[in-house]
Amino acid sequence: MNDIEDLYREIILDHYRSPRNRGELEVPPAIRVEGFNPLCGDEIVLYLIVEDGLVKDLKLSGQGCSISQSSASLMSAAVKGKTVGEVRKLVHDFKAMMSIHEAAIDGQAQAPTDFPGTGDLEAMGELAALQGVVKFPVRIKCATLSWNVLVQALDEAGAPG
Amino acid sequence: MSAQGAPAAQEDKAAQIPAAQEDKAAEIPAAQAGPVPPAKPLDARAVARDFPLLARSVHGKRIVYLDSAASSQRPCSVIDAMDSYYRTTHANVHRGVYEIAEEADRLYDAARVSAGRLVGSPSPRSEIVFTKNATEAMNLVVRSWGWKNLHAGDVVVLTEIEHHANLVPWLQLVEERGIRLRYLPVDLSTYELDISRLDEVLDGAKVLSCTLMSNVLGTIPPFQVIAGRAHEAGAVVIADGAQSVPHMPTDVQALGCDFLAFSAHKMLGPTGIGVLWGREALLEEMPPFMGGGGMILDVTLDGFVPAEIPRRFEAGTPPIAEAVGLLSAIEYLERLGMSEIWEHDQRLTSYALGTLQERFGDTIRIFGPTDEQSLDRRGAVISLALDGVHPHDLAQVLDQEAVCIRAGHHCAKPLMRRLGVGATARASFYCYNTEEDVDALAKALDEAVRLFR
Ligand SMILES: Cc1ncc(COP(=O)(O)O)c(C=O)c1O
Repeated sequence: MNDIEDLYREIILDHYRSPRNRGELEVPPAIRVEGFNPLCGDEIVLYLIVEDGLVKDLKLSGQGCSISQSSASLMSAAVKGKTVGEVRKLVHDFKAMMSIHEAAIDGQAQAPTDFPGTGDLEAMGELAALQGVVKFPVRIKCATLSWNVLVQALDEAGAPG
Repeated sequence: MSAQGAPAAQEDKAAQIPAAQEDKAAEIPAAQAGPVPPAKPLDARAVARDFPLLARSVHGKRIVYLDSAASSQRPCSVIDAMDSYYRTTHANVHRGVYEIAEEADRLYDAARVSAGRLVGSPSPRSEIVFTKNATEAMNLVVRSWGWKNLHAGDVVVLTEIEHHANLVPWLQLVEERGIRLRYLPVDLSTYELDISRLDEVLDGAKVLSCTLMSNVLGTIPPFQVIAGRAHEAGAVVIADGAQSVPHMPTDVQALGCDFLAFSAHKMLGPTGIGVLWGREALLEEMPPFMGGGGMILDVTLDGFVPAEIPRRFEAGTPPIAEAVGLLSAIEYLERLGMSEIWEHDQRLTSYALGTLQERFGDTIRIFGPTDEQSLDRRGAVISLALDGVHPHDLAQVLDQEAVCIRAGHHCAKPLMRRLGVGATARASFYCYNTEEDVDALAKALDEAVRLFR
C-alpha cells in the first residue's frame, strides 16, 4: 500500500461518499457550532444534544475534502450514544493518533510530532483508518476540524468530562 | 544581469557584471542593448532545460510544475545573477561613493529602467517604484493616493473576480474612511465581466481597479474599454498585472491605466520584489507610503521633506539583489519574446482544454472560458472540478504523480462564493511547460478518478 492508498482507505472513501448522521437538529434543544479550515475552505456544522451526560444525538452538515468530511462522519458514528467522559477520552486518543502534542490537545496549535501517534488504537475502531493522514501534515487540520468543533460544542453544552 | 544573460546561462564569469565595470555608456545595459527580437516560436522543452528545479524528481518521478500562477520557477541566469551580485558587488544603494556601491546603484537603476521598458513606461526613472510584491504595490496606491484623495461616500469600482490583494486594501478604506465599493459582476455563463453594467457602476466613481487577468478563471477583461469608460467617468484607473505582465506584452499607454502592479516571482524573478508603475503626474502628488531612511530629502527634529519620486515610496534598504534578479528575469523574458510566450501560452491552453474536455467530458467542470474563440481572452490558468473528487484530494493524488497543482480559494473568496464552491483545483502553465506536462496532468487526473469512484 503506498502512502496515497494508505491515506484514502476504503473506509474513508465510504464515509466520504455516504456520510453518516448528515442533517440538522432543531436549535434549541440542540447546540449548533461551526468550524472552518481557512486554508482549504473545509466547513463543518455540528448540531449536538447532550442529555444526562450522554451524547444523545448529533448531526452534521458542511462541505470539504474527503478527509474532513469522512473524519466528521466517522466521529459522529463513534460518539453517538457515548457518555461525555468517553467522548472526551476518544477526542484525546484521536488527537494523539494525529500526533498532536499533549500540551496542544486542548488548544489551537496542531504541531505534528516526528513520531506517529500513541493513542489507544484498539479503542478507536474504524477511526484508526484515519491514521494514514499523519504522513500528510497539511491534511491533519482537515482530519481534526470536526473534532475541534465537537470539543467546542461539548464545552458550550457545559458538559464536563 | 548582462543583456546577454539569458536564456542560455552564460558561462563567462567576467561577463556577469559588465554594467558595473564599464564606463557611463554601459550604465543601463539592458535598455541600451534593447530586447533581442526573437525570430521563432518558443521551444518550451529547450526553455525548461534552463530551469534547474525542473530537472529534479519528486516521489521518484519527473516533476511536472503546473503552479506558475502562484509562483514561477527561475532560470539559472537569474539565480547566477543574484549569486554573482552577492559574491562580487553587494553594497547598500543611494549612499556609497566607493566602487562597489556605485556598481550596486547602477544595477538597481538598470532594473528600474528595465521594468519600465517591459511595461512601456515613458519615464521609468520616475515612474517605477520597487515594492515587496504586487500586494504591497496595491497597498501603496490605496494608502498613499487613496488616503489622500478618497473621503467618506466616495465610490471605488472593483470587479467580482479580483484577488484579495485588490480587495482587502479597499475594504480597509471602507472601514477607516467610509468609502463605498461597487462591483462589476462576472457573467457565470461566459466567465467574463458583464460590461453592459459598466456605465451603471462607474457613475460618479473616483477609482476603478481591475485585474488584467483573473488568477482563478484565466479571464482577461477588455481592459482598454473599461479604462476608457472609467476615465470618461472621471475615475483613476488601476490595473492588477500580477498574472498578465509575466505572460504577454504590456503597454501601460495602450492599456490606459494610471497605475499598474506586478510581482517578480511570477515572472521568473525572485521573491521579495514587486513593481508599481504610476503616472508621473499622479506619483508627484502622492505622500510617502512608509517613513524611514532613503525616502527623505531632509529631516529635522520637527519634520521632514520627502524625497523625489520614486524614492519617496521606497523607505529603507530596498531589495537590491532581488532587483538584480528581476533585471535578469526581464532580460530572459525579452529574449524569449513576450509575444512568443503569449502565443505559447495560448497553444498550450488550447491543447489542455481540448485534452481535458475530451477525456473527462461531462464529469469535469472548467471555471473559465473554454471555447476556441475565447482563447485570446483567457490566460494559461485552468481552474477545474472533477465529479466526486474534492480539489484538495485531487491535488494530493496529483502530488503522488509529481504533478504540482494548487487547490483552494486562490485568494479570491468572493469569486469562489459566486462560483458556488469552496475551492477549485488549478493548473497553470508558463514558458517551460510542454504538451507532455498536460498529458501528465490528464493521466494523474485519471488516477484520481480511479481512486475515488
Ligand atoms: C491577480 C493577482 N493579483 C495579485 C496577486 C498578489 O501577488 P503577490 O502575492 O506576489 O503580492 C496575485 C498573486 O497571487 C494575483 O494572482
